[in-house]
Amino acid sequence: MMGTMDLSSINPVVLAAALMVAATPILLAAIGELVVEKAGVLNLGVEGMMITGAITGFAFAVSTGNPYLGMLAAVAGGAGLALIFALLTQYLMANQVATGLALTLFGLGFSALLGQGYSGVSPPRTPRMDFGWLGDIPVLGPILFRHDPLVYVSLIIVAGVWWFLRYSRAGRILRAVGENHDAAHALGYRVRAVRVAAIAFGGACGGLGGAYLSLIRVPQWTEGMTAGAGWIALALVVFASWRPWRALLGAYLFGGIVTLQLTLQAAGWRIPVEYLAMAPYLVTIVVLVVISSGRARRTLSAPGSLGRPFHAAG
Amino acid sequence: MTTPLLAIEGLTKTYPGVIANQDVSFTIGEGEIHALLGENGAGKSTLVKAIYGLIRPDAGRMLWRGAPYAPAAPHEARATGVAMVFQHFSLFEAMDVAENVALGMDNPPPIRQLAANIAQVSTDYGLPLDPHRLVGDLSAGERQRVEIIRCLLQNPQLLIMDEPTSVLTPQEVEILFQTLRKLRGEGRSILYISHKLDEIRALCETATILRRGALVASCDPREKSARELAEMMVGTALQPPERAGRTEGEVLLQVTGLNLRAPSAFGTSLKDVSLSVRAGEILGIGGVAGNGQDELLAALSGEMRSAHQAITVKGEPVGRSGPNTRRALGLLCAPEERLGHAAAPDMSLTENALLTGAWREKLVRGGFVDWARARAFAEKVIQRFDVRTPGPDVAARALSGGNLQKFVIGREIMQRPQVLVVNQPTWGVDAAAAAAIRQALMDLAQGGAAVVLISQDLDELLTVADRFCALNAGRLSAPRPVAGLSMEQVGLMLGGAGDMEVAADTAAETLAQTRSGAVHAEA
Repeated sequence: MMGTMDLSSINPVVLAAALMVAATPILLAAIGELVVEKAGVLNLGVEGMMITGAITGFAFAVSTGNPYLGMLAAVAGGAGLALIFALLTQYLMANQVATGLALTLFGLGFSALLGQGYSGVSPPRTPRMDFGWLGDIPVLGPILFRHDPLVYVSLIIVAGVWWFLRYSRAGRILRAVGENHDAAHALGYRVRAVRVAAIAFGGACGGLGGAYLSLIRVPQWTEGMTAGAGWIALALVVFASWRPWRALLGAYLFGGIVTLQLTLQAAGWRIPVEYLAMAPYLVTIVVLVVISSGRARRTLSAPGSLGRPFHAAG
Repeated sequence: MTTPLLAIEGLTKTYPGVIANQDVSFTIGEGEIHALLGENGAGKSTLVKAIYGLIRPDAGRMLWRGAPYAPAAPHEARATGVAMVFQHFSLFEAMDVAENVALGMDNPPPIRQLAANIAQVSTDYGLPLDPHRLVGDLSAGERQRVEIIRCLLQNPQLLIMDEPTSVLTPQEVEILFQTLRKLRGEGRSILYISHKLDEIRALCETATILRRGALVASCDPREKSARELAEMMVGTALQPPERAGRTEGEVLLQVTGLNLRAPSAFGTSLKDVSLSVRAGEILGIGGVAGNGQDELLAALSGEMRSAHQAITVKGEPVGRSGPNTRRALGLLCAPEERLGHAAAPDMSLTENALLTGAWREKLVRGGFVDWARARAFAEKVIQRFDVRTPGPDVAARALSGGNLQKFVIGREIMQRPQVLVVNQPTWGVDAAAAAAIRQALMDLAQGGAAVVLISQDLDELLTVADRFCALNAGRLSAPRPVAGLSMEQVGLMLGGAGDMEVAADTAAETLAQTRSGAVHAEA
């Protein structure tokens, strides 16, 4: 029989605040991958970069006692792993899909190795931001103004990426490289350099997203703790049809599903959690089907050279 | 003597196994339209890439107004005053005109300002263009305008144009030539690369001719005939295609009211297309690229299915049949894109021969490939069509464009088709190979096959085809006999919708008259 279900125990304000926290790691990873894909590269190693960021960030934060130094280390760790991907795919012309998958497997194994002494250790606490009276506004205050700094940093990164892609000259060049790398090369743009930079940025964001999990959200180190967040981030980029604000919307939507699922479980609702856990992927599959109909491809603005290897001629 | 704008002295560039340019020297004067002529692989592209800073020559030097000039990258070339319009447009379909122009500039002004500049230049030079439209929605002629305007905004002294007219209608070519003459009037120089000798004779005052990487002649093209120029390019006397008297038989291919939705966003849907081709006849279909040529070929080959009765071969409906059923009936096709569509790039010529020849040449027995027969078939094609390759085991990718084209056309012709549909059979193929392919098509028709020739090369259509019709935005005009058709009429048939209707109406009238005449004659 169904257990007693008490929906009144769910507090919408707490739910909304938890949603932003749950969404932040996938948002960070997704916005990084969005830039990578806009440059025409498909890096399936997001999960690996996140978990590497999670352990490097955790280890540095524990040994230095400073969570922010840990986050910087996570950025470096994620970017470092991404640069291996860049070397393999951009210079040694390895297949992007295979290399990305290998990167995920490598990251999971490597992080388990690094993290051997860190299980059960508590990381230094990351203080919450204090916005003064803003935090005391009823309803809005707890939802929007009582988070850790990284939540706001992720929003700034989304806005920055949006501005960069839409208005800056460098962003235009990045989109051009992703849209038609042969044409960009013919115009004298350095396709590889642009792509390597984008890949490194994607890795840095992925690493930061991973550190958010191990330092703030959980906060603890467990092997394989990203548990598919990287794949959700990848799905999110497609779901967002390569637009930064839609990625934000999607991340909060997916974050909402995760939070809701936990809350419903706590409230004693007996719907198998697997159904809710499936939801982000189902949505992504639907979006992918719509995109691959071809007619919608342009309106959804998939980068023209996405995943295609670039060989400089002449 | 005045200092030339650009002097090239002893330029040499070698790639592993190939000498792309060998000791090439020539000069381009101020305010001169200079033609660069040569067959495929003669080294034209390498030469202009060196001028534009995309590659570095191994030896030799260049002088710009007497001063040493050695651009290490395109932006250095642009800073000096060299601009280039590419053969395959270097445009970004998902971005708008202004953004595309900005990407080609080193220090673009803000987009708003740039849009105004584009509007200004486009009116100054008679090249209408809306800066806010998405490039993916533009026609080939409009896309070229984007490229030209991108160059003009940088105020170049030397404009390099690589095969600029291959995708334009005659009217668009005329607009382009007016623009180029206007530019020359302003004292700018143009380096003009083309296969089309008549254009060069109409436009250029100096020509440099390359053969196998070396300079073979410099001349004034206005003093030479197109034939003399072609022979200098090829190095031997050319045999123009010839055809003995023709006999027309029964209708072999009939298309009636064919409607087909385009498979992709940038494709063109076919609207109510009807045509019929008789045995011994070549039907030429002209039209600017992107007006439904690929879709028409796909519909005829069986890659795209249609209503079953819409296409019949020898009276048999095949609209819903796949390519192999159609091949069995004798309908064979050779698509435009050689690598990836007509041939699998990384497979050997034997394997490629097998791909379409398996059924008619009986290269597969009991489910197993008969490699000996497949190889023999490939060798037969190589020998009959003079494909220059070490042997049938070479990958298709390794062949030059012209040789591979001879192979894929030959592969279909050797299967004795009753109906052959070819799209752009001589695109990017040098003069000698083009002549051989055209001759083979005419011989095939002579032997009693029906041939549909889809091409953007009007000269080719008018020399080879018996009847001509134009494909415009997915609609096919009524056919007109090629004999007595003027270039202007052809242009109207190819051109805008308004002109199109007039031409189509006249054509329909002519056709109706011919038909009623025929009926009377029969009666």
